Amino acid sequence: MSDQQVDKGKRCFLVAATSVVGGVAAGAAAVPFIGSMLPSERAKAAGAPVEVDISTLAPGDKVTAEWRGQPVWVVRRTKEMLETLPRLDSVVADPKSERKKDELTPKYARNEHRSIKPEYLVVVGICTHLGCVPVDKLKAGPEPFEASWEGGFYCPCHGSLFDLAGRVYKNKPAPDNLKIPPHKYLSDGRILIGVDTEGA
Amino acid sequence: MAAAEKQPVTGAGPFNGVLTWIDQRFPLVSSWKEHLAEYYAPKNFNFWYYFGSLALLVLVMQLVSGIFLTMFYKPDAAQAFASVEYIMRDVWGGWIIRYLHSTGASMFFLVVYLHMFRGLLYGSYRKPRELIWIVGMLIFLGLMAEAFFGYLLPWGQMSYWGAQVIVNLFDAIPLIGPTIAVWIRGDYVVSDATLNRFFAFHVIAIPLVLLGLVAAHILALHEVGSNNPDGVEIKDKKDAAGRPLDGIPFHPYYTVKDTLGAVVFLIVFAIGVFFVPEMGGYFLEYNNFIPADPLRTPTHIAPLWYFTPYYSILRAITESFMWVLGAGVIGMVVLIVLSVRNNFVRLASVAAGAALLVAFYVLEPKVWGVVLMGVAVMIFIPLPWLDRSPVKSIRYKGPIVKSALAAFVIVFVVLGYLGTQPVTDTGTLISQVCTALYFLFFLLMPWYTAIDKCKPEPERVTC
Repeated sequence: MSDQQVDKGKRCFLVAATSVVGGVAAGAAAVPFIGSMLPSERAKAAGAPVEVDISTLAPGDKVTAEWRGQPVWVVRRTKEMLETLPRLDSVVADPKSERKKDELTPKYARNEHRSIKPEYLVVVGICTHLGCVPVDKLKAGPEPFEASWEGGFYCPCHGSLFDLAGRVYKNKPAPDNLKIPPHKYLSDGRILIGVDTEGA
Repeated sequence: MAAAEKQPVTGAGPFNGVLTWIDQRFPLVSSWKEHLAEYYAPKNFNFWYYFGSLALLVLVMQLVSGIFLTMFYKPDAAQAFASVEYIMRDVWGGWIIRYLHSTGASMFFLVVYLHMFRGLLYGSYRKPRELIWIVGMLIFLGLMAEAFFGYLLPWGQMSYWGAQVIVNLFDAIPLIGPTIAVWIRGDYVVSDATLNRFFAFHVIAIPLVLLGLVAAHILALHEVGSNNPDGVEIKDKKDAAGRPLDGIPFHPYYTVKDTLGAVVFLIVFAIGVFFVPEMGGYFLEYNNFIPADPLRTPTHIAPLWYFTPYYSILRAITESFMWVLGAGVIGMVVLIVLSVRNNFVRLASVAAGAALLVAFYVLEPKVWGVVLMGVAVMIFIPLPWLDRSPVKSIRYKGPIVKSALAAFVIVFVVLGYLGTQPVTDTGTLISQVCTALYFLFFLLMPWYTAIDKCKPEPERVTC
């Protein structure tokens, strides 16, 4: 065998063919490993709607419900609170909730107060910047982060501010308004979060 | 080498026989000589040269303490927090093993930051040591990943919200971002699935990568030889036997010196472990003594101290700062067009600048905060090519480079401090100025190192 000439063309072909086939096999073998890190069937199934009882919620107060592992807030806004909203139109980045509206604001909440009933704000309490839960600063009055604070939410992580309709202030790290989850009223005192209002 | 050609081992007394037997079957004597007894290191190493061997020491300590922690820890969202308290209260010696590991994490970063600063001081990244530097930077990235994955495991409030914030960084990538974030978490929020996989990354995947990179770092170093505080090559001046005139064998000279360094370091380490394991909230944050609560973010969240400079940069990128970035890009392009003669480079920089400006306009500031934070870490990698000074060591560099390095250190510390503090308007402004200076230190380096008035390098190392 040793006195035979090396067939370089054949050797090249074999190296290339082995590399290509081996590469395809390695790529295919990676699929189950990469796929295994996606949410499991159990994680996908854990997104059932939740019901919130708001019949005992006092004006100016807030309740928190857990939906898909996320906090959902229901705030019962007073008349004074609602009056702050038009005043803040020039201060917030997206006053009419037009950005990513299919994702963030369902049709039935595309209005001045971002809610079905003006009084009740239903919003996912997760900052659109990096996912922290903003802190309640519902009362108006001077705050260290904003001298003329009209009430709303303050994100402790990176200082984003949201008004009482979950609209983000201009020039803050968070790019978008807080998300309004799909929800509907089962009766005057009960809201179902996770299901859209029909016919809207 | 065939076994018969090797000389029998001498000088090991009663062990000569067994060592000869091994050496005939394994490169024992040659490795010993190559990496220790006949590895010639410059004779003028100073204080700054302790930190490489100390980093190796801390790595071993982290591996050992980590292995023992895995015997008692449970990577399960329902049990993780309690299992850490179980280690602290009920496991014999558990508290000291955990404090060794948690203090070790902070000390690891301290030692590595000082080790990197040594490289900046003496130009250790310059030719022919570019690969040592790049591998070192990969070790630094691996270490950051290791620290991040490990920090979720105690499942406290800071663990949870720190992971939430960092994983959500990937969410900022246009189009595919949200899918990637879900893929990393294995769920729509940080949950049990996330904890379980972070445990796998922390205890096996990243440590394996780190060990490989550390081996490559040391092999590459021993191939080209160590730099020294004078930045001159000791291999240029050799004696008749081919040994560098200014070199001394690593063993016994530096093994003994490093042992002294290790003893002093361990004293400092022990003070940390026994008297201030929480270090006022800098090594173990107070909010992490509260179990993770997905419905409530702590009022003040900050990463551990070693991430805060980069965290500050992330927070500094706001809508108004985008104008500064735009002006910076235009300035860089003008500078390149005016000072570089190569037309291709000029054209490429104009094109890249224009593309960046369009991208600044199209993508939201949140994306750029994430991008700049990543760039701030990675920008150390091209350092060997950014530094165009004729000399390596700070000893012979001129006033411009010295002031630039001093300013960089101040900026790094200020960013680090601001990253531990809540957001204020003044704080944001200062961190924006510091962010700009941080990047200018690197981006302007090809110009200010070239015009600086350097002193001549000596022929041989000075003592």
